[in-house]
Amino acid sequence: MILALVAVPAILALAAFALPDNRARPWLVPLAASLHLALVVWALGQPSLTAMDGWVVLDDLGKLVLSFTSVLFFACSFYVPPYLASHPERDNRVFCMALLAFLAMLSLIVSSHHLGLMWVALEATTLASAPLVYWRRTPESLEAVWKYLLVGSVGIALALLGSFFLAYSALAGGRWPSLLFEDLVRDAPHLSRPWLDSAFVLLFIGYGTKMGLAPMHTWKPDAYGEAPGLVGALLAGGLTNAAFLAILRFYRIISVAHDGAFARQLMLVSGLLSMAVAAVFMARQRDFKRMLAYSSVEHMGILVLGVGIGGAGVFGSLYHLINNGLTKGVLFLSAANIHRAYGSKSTKDVTGALRRVPVSGALFLAGFFAITGSPPFGPFLSEFTIVNAALTEGHWVVGALFLLLLVVVFVGMGATVLAMVQGPLPERFHGEPYRESFLSVAPIVALLGGVLLLGLYLPQPLDALLHGAAEFVQGGR
Amino acid sequence: MHQAVSPLLVVVLLLNLYALGTSRLRAVVNASAWQGAILGVLPLLVHHDVDTETVLVSVGAIAIKGVLIPGMLLRAMRNASIRREVEPVVGFIPSLLLGASGTALALLFSGTLPLAPEQQGSLLVPSSLATVLTGFLVLTTRRKAITQVVGYLILENGIFIMGLCLLDAIPFLVEVGVLLDLFVGIFVMGIIINHISREFASIDVGRLSSLKE
Repeated sequence: MILALVAVPAILALAAFALPDNRARPWLVPLAASLHLALVVWALGQPSLTAMDGWVVLDDLGKLVLSFTSVLFFACSFYVPPYLASHPERDNRVFCMALLAFLAMLSLIVSSHHLGLMWVALEATTLASAPLVYWRRTPESLEAVWKYLLVGSVGIALALLGSFFLAYSALAGGRWPSLLFEDLVRDAPHLSRPWLDSAFVLLFIGYGTKMGLAPMHTWKPDAYGEAPGLVGALLAGGLTNAAFLAILRFYRIISVAHDGAFARQLMLVSGLLSMAVAAVFMARQRDFKRMLAYSSVEHMGILVLGVGIGGAGVFGSLYHLINNGLTKGVLFLSAANIHRAYGSKSTKDVTGALRRVPVSGALFLAGFFAITGSPPFGPFLSEFTIVNAALTEGHWVVGALFLLLLVVVFVGMGATVLAMVQGPLPERFHGEPYRESFLSVAPIVALLGGVLLLGLYLPQPLDALLHGAAEFVQGGR
Repeated sequence: MHQAVSPLLVVVLLLNLYALGTSRLRAVVNASAWQGAILGVLPLLVHHDVDTETVLVSVGAIAIKGVLIPGMLLRAMRNASIRREVEPVVGFIPSLLLGASGTALALLFSGTLPLAPEQQGSLLVPSSLATVLTGFLVLTTRRKAITQVVGYLILENGIFIMGLCLLDAIPFLVEVGVLLDLFVGIFVMGIIINHISREFASIDVGRLSSLKE
């Protein structure tokens, strides 16, 4: 049954390929998203789900990432039909098919407990998202997709080498080599240390490239900047989380092997570096979609930083994963509405968004406050948890740098965002009102509601799931 | 392990150096094709018991890496009507020297790693590392989109050699998945290269520079 999570979107992807009607086809996406969400809700109620001899297992960590990916995809899916309807002249066959294949492969990454299978699925998401990034067919999007494919493919090629190193660490340690997580966790104390450490570095670089951690983030501003907003939302809130989940699974192995300190150090450095790079490039950014891409780099840094701190930081990091995913949905989709209303994504051309697109402008502003960690939104609580953990674990310098970088990002991003939403409406739009359709803002309102709710109240089952996943990541259970 | 493995790996290493030293694109593509084909044969020689699945992987690897992908690249080359890599970031002689010292370092370095008894004294681990390094070098120092794809292929070949050390730990399904991903990936890259050559009348990735801070 767990395989249905992969099979349903995959079958509907084929249906999208077969369906000739260009106007009906986009509705397959919300259909698939609804079915997927229903399946996920059902799966959450099951104690444990296994298929294919333990290759595919839905553990607590998988449940957490999968459910929020599904929610994000569900919200974004209702944005798809009006978006594609605004480009009636374009054939959307490949776009819809790629979107559904992307969902199928994302579900497979999250639930696979076999290193090789997970790798194949991750590479497949890269390939499925390439046509999505290249949707605009402009020279700039061509450049973006080339970098996306090449940097992404090379990154995950290194991850494959890392996977082989990991299996070889068992062989060099006198065990039978295996690519199954269960075997690796069981044999972890016997794995050969040099091979294990180099495997972790390679896997961290490889999957970190897909996450967009600095300095492997170079593809990110280009791809997110040129891709349609809804694709940016799915990449920043879905794919990056799946890549992070992969790293967490390796972290579990290395923790059980009593070598977690090495991995944590790597994560602390890379987390702070990502935040610093993002802070530098976000200030005075002239393209607001690229700004969001750097914000994604920053938050990927926060995710690995939380795990690097350890202790309650792991819980904070997982909590931040869901907060960041939903908030990125708000930001990218409202940015897409603003982009369309102004016909430009340069901050030079966009002023007075609250006048031209009142709803999207307000949502974008709220999204900015949420992502920069202002109360009462979810990211405030998760970032607070991480700072708190840094202080209790004795990482005073890391905690101080973390806070400093958050402030720098707030100031840098705030200057851009406030200039965009406030100010006078450009003269060319006078007497030319723009109407926001219900379907283009409703998904964003729903996502923002979720972000707000996560900041006000953490339901008991979700709290239990987060604690279960945090324990799992650190080698427990 | 069959005694032909080591000589074949030496050929693979020589092909690395050949790919680094030549400016003709056709020669670089052919080098990667030969490398892919040789590596395709290796599973048959390395594994103790050869079964149908090993043969299938072997045939698939030879067909995809030795024939299909090079064919696609040569076609993209003809469409873009270019023959040579001009003005690489690092010249041919320096990159040849870098490749040679990389190979030497890989040999030295893998001597210090704890190897399983099966790989003691075999060339598998060092040639894997050396080929990965070569792939990286080609990827980062060449300007033509096609040469970069070849660099990626060489990198992937190096990883394939590492996979041979793992005996039968890599299941058939995963081997097929990896090959399929590689094929589709290069296929998509080929499409993009065609778009690039149409859009910019060049496949020099130096032209792809409008997106920056």
